[in-house]
Amino acid sequence: MSAHGSIPVLRIGSTLLASIQVELRDTIADAFQEDILQTIAKTGATGLVIDITGLEMVDSYVARVLTNTGRMATLMGTHAVVVGMQPVVAATLVRMGFRMEGVLTALNVDAGLALVSELIARRHGAGQ
Amino acid sequence: MTILSSENLILASEDDVMLARRKVRLLAETLGFDPFTVAAITTATSELCRNVCVHAVKGTARLEQIGSGGRTGIRLEVRDEGPGIADIDRVLSAGQRSVGSLGLGLSGSRRLADEFRIETIVGRGTVVTVVKWKRPA
Repeated sequence: MSAHGSIPVLRIGSTLLASIQVELRDTIADAFQEDILQTIAKTGATGLVIDITGLEMVDSYVARVLTNTGRMATLMGTHAVVVGMQPVVAATLVRMGFRMEGVLTALNVDAGLALVSELIARRHGAGQ
Repeated sequence: MTILSSENLILASEDDVMLARRKVRLLAETLGFDPFTVAAITTATSELCRNVCVHAVKGTARLEQIGSGGRTGIRLEVRDEGPGIADIDRVLSAGQRSVGSLGLGLSGSRRLADEFRIETIVGRGTVVTVVKWKRPA
């Protein structure tokens, strides 16, 4: 079992969908970040959707890990989107002055998958 | 102001931080805080308790239910005997880029709390107190 065994990762076409459903402790968040990057490299995934619908609280540490994971995946050439942020989480992060810069977000999994598909299609289109 | 209940917590590990924020969430929910206020005080708790474990290795927290003039609130006092913070004004005023996790944890907690107080002595330790009041229905 991987270090983020509590975080299921599904493969939908060439996109990975990671669904965080448990309260994240720092060490699990760190392990998740490393494992998901390794999984991207291994599978050649061109999209990554991180679903945080299950998180009732995201503090600055977890927010930073999520943001950085998205930025790292983007650096690798994968389109990354964080989806499902709860209203109370969004309000809290903005009120505390956290900027989730450098990573795309979408309302929910459906919107995130659609955005990733669109970005992949646009890249292919641009390359032709 | 009246202290209606009080509990002392040890902060020495990641598990202690998790326990502290669960207790704060439970207390806020039990007192009927609205979801945004619950998230604010729970997140501030997480930031302050983590700072203790990361920067001071260990410390304690005191969680209180307080009342004042018909209002109900939660007060959290987080105390450590760590290195203290030399330039507290800079740490509190700077954004997330310039000061890293300590700064955002502290400045973020201050923004989330209704009342915020910090006392720090270099070489001796730091005490941070936050209060969050229940919003009127």
